[in-house]
Amino acid sequence: MTATFVGMPPFPTAARRALEDTQLRQNLAFATGTIRTKRANVVGELDEWEELRLAGAAIKDNTLHHLDEHLLTLEASLQERGAVVHWARDAAEASRIVADIAREHAVDEVVKVKSMATVEIGLNEALAEHGVAAWETDLAELIVQLGDDLPSHILVPAIHRNRAEIREIFRRRMASVGRPAPEDLSDEPAELAGAARLHLREKFLKAKMAVSGANFAVAESGTLVVVESEGNGRMCLSLPEVLVSVVGIEKLVPTWRDLDVFLQLLPRSSTGERMNPYTSMWSGITPGDGPQEVHVVLVDNGRTNALADEVGRQALRCIRCSACLNVCPVYERVGGHAYGSVYPGPIGAILNPLLKGVGHDAQTDSLPYASSLCGACFEACPVRIDIPEVLVHMRSKVVDAHRGQRPKGEALAMRATSRMFADPRRWAMALKASGAFGTLAGKLSGRHLPGGRAALGRLPWPASLWTDARDMAAPPKEPFRSWWRRSGRADAERRGRHGSA
Amino acid sequence: MKVALMVTCFNDAMFPDTGKAVVTLLDRLGVDVEFPESQTCCAQPMVNTGYLDEAVPVVRNFVAAFDGYDAIITPSASCAGSVRHQHGTVARRSGDPALEAKVSDTSPRIYELSEFLVDVLEVEDVGAYFPHAVTDHPTCHSLRMIGVGDRPWRLLQAVRGIKLRELTAAQECCGFGGTFAMKNAETSVAMGTDKARHIKDSGAEVVVAGDNSCLMHIGGLLSRQRAGVRTMHLAEILASVEEES
Repeated sequence: MTATFVGMPPFPTAARRALEDTQLRQNLAFATGTIRTKRANVVGELDEWEELRLAGAAIKDNTLHHLDEHLLTLEASLQERGAVVHWARDAAEASRIVADIAREHAVDEVVKVKSMATVEIGLNEALAEHGVAAWETDLAELIVQLGDDLPSHILVPAIHRNRAEIREIFRRRMASVGRPAPEDLSDEPAELAGAARLHLREKFLKAKMAVSGANFAVAESGTLVVVESEGNGRMCLSLPEVLVSVVGIEKLVPTWRDLDVFLQLLPRSSTGERMNPYTSMWSGITPGDGPQEVHVVLVDNGRTNALADEVGRQALRCIRCSACLNVCPVYERVGGHAYGSVYPGPIGAILNPLLKGVGHDAQTDSLPYASSLCGACFEACPVRIDIPEVLVHMRSKVVDAHRGQRPKGEALAMRATSRMFADPRRWAMALKASGAFGTLAGKLSGRHLPGGRAALGRLPWPASLWTDARDMAAPPKEPFRSWWRRSGRADAERRGRHGSA
Repeated sequence: MKVALMVTCFNDAMFPDTGKAVVTLLDRLGVDVEFPESQTCCAQPMVNTGYLDEAVPVVRNFVAAFDGYDAIITPSASCAGSVRHQHGTVARRSGDPALEAKVSDTSPRIYELSEFLVDVLEVEDVGAYFPHAVTDHPTCHSLRMIGVGDRPWRLLQAVRGIKLRELTAAQECCGFGGTFAMKNAETSVAMGTDKARHIKDSGAEVVVAGDNSCLMHIGGLLSRQRAGVRTMHLAEILASVEEES
């Protein structure tokens, strides 16, 4: 695999390119529209949806508040049930742990359950360096892997592909890595799924080791939970001899009871189903049944940094449902790749800078600005992450990270604006200047808006960013405050004050 | 009740007719409104771009300008949201407990126009007359930041002569987003193009909203497309009466 998020351009550049891809626009508008409707329907069925959201947020917040203690409980429970627990500070450490386990067992291939954490740490690439092939078994992940592509959605990594493209990928690539696609494969969804099933069945039966993530890790019982739709996860979790699960430390819930809330919130928010088809749960080793060697790699990779951020820590409540992506008007138009990360969309725009830190690279720093702050994400989030609030907060982190350096145009403009608005006299002068400019520029352009107001012509950069595609009213000669004075109201107000004093 | 108009910097400079309409409307409803002339901006442009230090003196000016009013009325849901939900953050950033105290005193007294009309004055029929086909774009901050719900729609429904048109995907963002419109201009325009199309398809002559900032973006696109649809602020429709129309 050569596709990588490393070196992706900042969001505005990547988004501009994505906007030009008409097929992508078509695929995304269709897919997000479909999931949005499904979600709205099943969420609308529950009278207590808001209570569930509040409960989900509260459980996660309480857990995060005592995460250190809960993690030790989880470790003890897992060990008690025969699992080997590993701790990984970062992506490299986590990948090395998994690669070492593969080497100990002398396997040259592993089957994978769909997992965000393993993509986050670049596990497939790390394993490939050690001569271990990692086969994705989730249908959408398989499409991405065979297409030498990158995931563009948390739940549906191949959402940017339509069925004609998927047929083409299967026909072109399946043969080189295993059972070929049938000669007469059509683009009927059932046939495509059938081809994937046959292709993957060979992988399941051969593999000695599986790698998974986990949607939840129950501390009190040492139970890992994987929620899925296709049953490929169940195959990976039960057939191989060795199972390694890579789990972000924020996936923890303290008790079994807590799952009650999340197993209602997650499927409705993600696939728009009342209940997902497969929920697999395992607690360490069950003698004679399933994998007889079970490892759990608990990964930090920036999570404790995020936890230290008072406003940003709420992002660690995230259960990776994708509801925020599906309702996001920005995501719908530019797709996931523009965010340059396995975590795209609104949650990615806050999670990436929180995990990676800001001020180091322009790509990460651009993400908090990849939003119109419309708030649709917050409304849809099942654990009530106030994404707009965190976006604005992360913007201030980005700005603060660059304070002390030589200020760029934007910083200078903001300073000047601040000085202008801090002093009403300066603002009044600016208004006069704006009125004079508007009157002249409006006359010169000779253009008008619908309704008759004078408009400006095309303006030079940076104003061209506006006027390239949008007309712009000329600032009127008389600002509001001048009218107020002229109307005599200001004097009446003063007299009134004196009168009542 | 001592009532102040917070016209917003943007309306002061670009859309004075909206401010005049608020004054006309409140006059008609018997509300004696004052315009504290030391007001400038709510600081939202700085806060939303990440410049908190730069926002501090602006918020300081804001609380001084609006000190002593029982209600501060603004024809902008977005600026009302900024005062209500962001001024606290800015004040904390300042590290000045006195500013924090002033902000927590001022912030709750902000009302977006439709909130003030429906909740405080308890009117929905403001005696307006506007015989045109109109569609309403409920702005993101009015819906999801301050939650005005259907108040603007109820006010519009009571306008005589008006022909209200349903807007497809009404609750979806128009793509303005403040500096987003410049920093991610292409994405902003892609969003706005769909909004403009739905507005055109609604059959309306006028698109109304509670935020002139969104309307400047939408109107700019409609104008460029020669769509034959103009924009108006809610206040301007509510201020219209039979003689003028």
